[in-house]
Amino acid sequence: MAEIPIAWFLTLSAVLFVLGVAGFLFRRNIITVFMSIELMLNAVNLSFVAFSYQLKQVDGNLFAFFVMVVAAAEAAVGLAIILTVFKNRSTLNIDEVETMKN
Amino acid sequence: MPTSYTEMYFPVLVQAILAMALAAGLLTVSRLLGKRVRNRVKDLPYESGIVPTGDARQRFSVKFYLVAMLFIVFDIEAIFLYPWAVVYRDLRMVGFVEMLVFVILILSGFFYIWKKGALDWAAGAVDRKENRAP
Amino acid sequence: MPISFPTTLDLGRFLPEILLTVFGTLFMVLDAVLQKRSKNLFGHLTLLALAAALGASLYAGSEPGPAFGGMLVVDGFATFFRVLVLGVGMLIVLSSYRFLARENAETGEYHALLLFSLAGQCLMASANDLIMVFIGLEISSIASYVLAGYLRDDKRANEAALKYFLLGSFATAFFLYGVAILYGSTGTVKLDQIHAVLTGPNAPFPVFVTLAAALMLVGLGFKVSAAPFQVWAPDVYQGAPTPVAAFLSAAPKAAAFAVFLRIFTTALEPIGTAWEPLAWGSALASMTIGNFAALLQSNIKRMLAYSSIAHAGYVLVALTARSDTGTSAAMFYLAAYALMNLGAFAVVTHLSGKGERYLTLDDFAGLAQKQPFTAAMLTIFLLSLIGVPLTGGFFGKFYIFKAALDSHLVWLAVLGLLNSAVAAYYYLRVLVMMYMHDPSQAVQEAEPLSHGLQLALVLPALGTLFLGIFPNWVLEFAGHSAALMK
Repeated sequence: MAEIPIAWFLTLSAVLFVLGVAGFLFRRNIITVFMSIELMLNAVNLSFVAFSYQLKQVDGNLFAFFVMVVAAAEAAVGLAIILTVFKNRSTLNIDEVETMKN
Repeated sequence: MPTSYTEMYFPVLVQAILAMALAAGLLTVSRLLGKRVRNRVKDLPYESGIVPTGDARQRFSVKFYLVAMLFIVFDIEAIFLYPWAVVYRDLRMVGFVEMLVFVILILSGFFYIWKKGALDWAAGAVDRKENRAP
Repeated sequence: MPISFPTTLDLGRFLPEILLTVFGTLFMVLDAVLQKRSKNLFGHLTLLALAAALGASLYAGSEPGPAFGGMLVVDGFATFFRVLVLGVGMLIVLSSYRFLARENAETGEYHALLLFSLAGQCLMASANDLIMVFIGLEISSIASYVLAGYLRDDKRANEAALKYFLLGSFATAFFLYGVAILYGSTGTVKLDQIHAVLTGPNAPFPVFVTLAAALMLVGLGFKVSAAPFQVWAPDVYQGAPTPVAAFLSAAPKAAAFAVFLRIFTTALEPIGTAWEPLAWGSALASMTIGNFAALLQSNIKRMLAYSSIAHAGYVLVALTARSDTGTSAAMFYLAAYALMNLGAFAVVTHLSGKGERYLTLDDFAGLAQKQPFTAAMLTIFLLSLIGVPLTGGFFGKFYIFKAALDSHLVWLAVLGLLNSAVAAYYYLRVLVMMYMHDPSQAVQEAEPLSHGLQLALVLPALGTLFLGIFPNWVLEFAGHSAALMK
């Protein structure tokens, strides 16, 4: 039975992670920046599951579960923070949320 | 028996091509054969026969976001229940007690948001004293 | 593998985290149910909870060993950091009474979040498994994100929370990617097993492990605000409510360093030569950027933020030394830093006034005339931050640079010492302001110290002096537990 080689999964995971990093660094909308972080976390999850499958162990899958749950908690907190920012400033552009300077 | 990776996924490729071809074909055929009438009524978005009102890009009230956020958290926590349910019989009492602890923690979170009024749809209709701004 | 109930030994070793979680959850339920309560109720209850958790940590520490199949380990190192973060929590509660009343803020959720965050940090201190490290890190971080934006109508606090959240989760993703690669190349997430695999005959390809170490270094570097990942710290410390900023600069940082030390000096020790240059560079950059940027600040919270970056650099010097002396020096320094920094922040909390109006350096003018006691306390903390003898800060720096020299990191030690000379300037500026100028508006308006703040000043001051006069007591414990960790 032929299998997809693990290198493919890892490459995809690396590509997604880098896309996430690029999105985080270059996008200006806060929600998009936040989505980029989620993309990075899911790229990592893909790596975990692929490794777990390769190693015939359950640890990696377990890790992926916890990452998902934590990402959800983070999303809830993050969206709440983004909402309060929007309420106070009426903007979601990250460059305009910049009031603190020396 | 397909042996290589490419052979194994070949049917998937064929199906994807067929699906795209079918969709493209049907659209082309209806465009070529169908009658086209353009007027204001015809261009209106279809809303089950009711005359559309307002803009589709209207803003939703913030309280929907709150419900959405709470939903994400409680929904995702449920993924721990699935593997637990699968091996429940092997885990016996230990699994039950551990899950009980987990569920109690979740329920106290639920109790908290309920008492804080985050689940009230008609915000402001009820006098919520406990919901003061910090 | 048969699955059985956790033994009482397991539960005993996990008791501090259990207590913190139970109390935190209880607070949330109480907060939702209680209609009438005294405004200090939750503060008092939190002190009680922290005292209980502290007792549980000491109890667990009296019988060291692994728990839950080696996922946690309670050794001297874990006990040290548990006691440290719980102590930090107590001082924060003490300095928050007045602050919360002044800003008219909810007390229940504030204290519940504080307890949750501390639970995460205790878990980080005792984690011996990368899954536990990750969960601890996130429990601690998510609660801190909310705390940073706790005053939700305050624009600055919003911005602080947003930046802390975005950069914190970004860092988490890096850390996780490192963990994933480490797991893939070693096949385990247990720290002792990773060490065994890396030193064993089937050691994986070093490039992957080094990549994993580098990614984890980036993630943890963000969490401890080490350069070049320090950009969030000044904005977050400036915008967050002052007691929260104090908390962020002490507890999550100490816990992140605990994880840092445990992972890099146990599991990743076999590839030490690979990550040492990275830590070296980060240590030097943190010290230099922190100290030179602090020179330019006029906002006191921003100045303390840059100083906190510089202090993270000193601790990284100890990590770079890769020795037991280095680890124990880092532990000692983190304890001393937590005390002196919390004290300094407590004075800022006291003086800033409602809505945190008075935060510039000039607002400290003439403090010695109006409130000589507060000024004296701040003097102790600042002298310790400079590293003057008879204070904890002096011995902290002394041990760190000694460890660096022992490991032949001569250049790093010399550059570090030059850095601390630069640092003296901006701390002295505050002292000059306090003693040599006429009272400012802020000082005129300042209320007398509340009882909570008095304790929040006296206890760290005593601790700082204790560490400065009897350093051996703590250092021996740290050295002993550092040696046992391996």
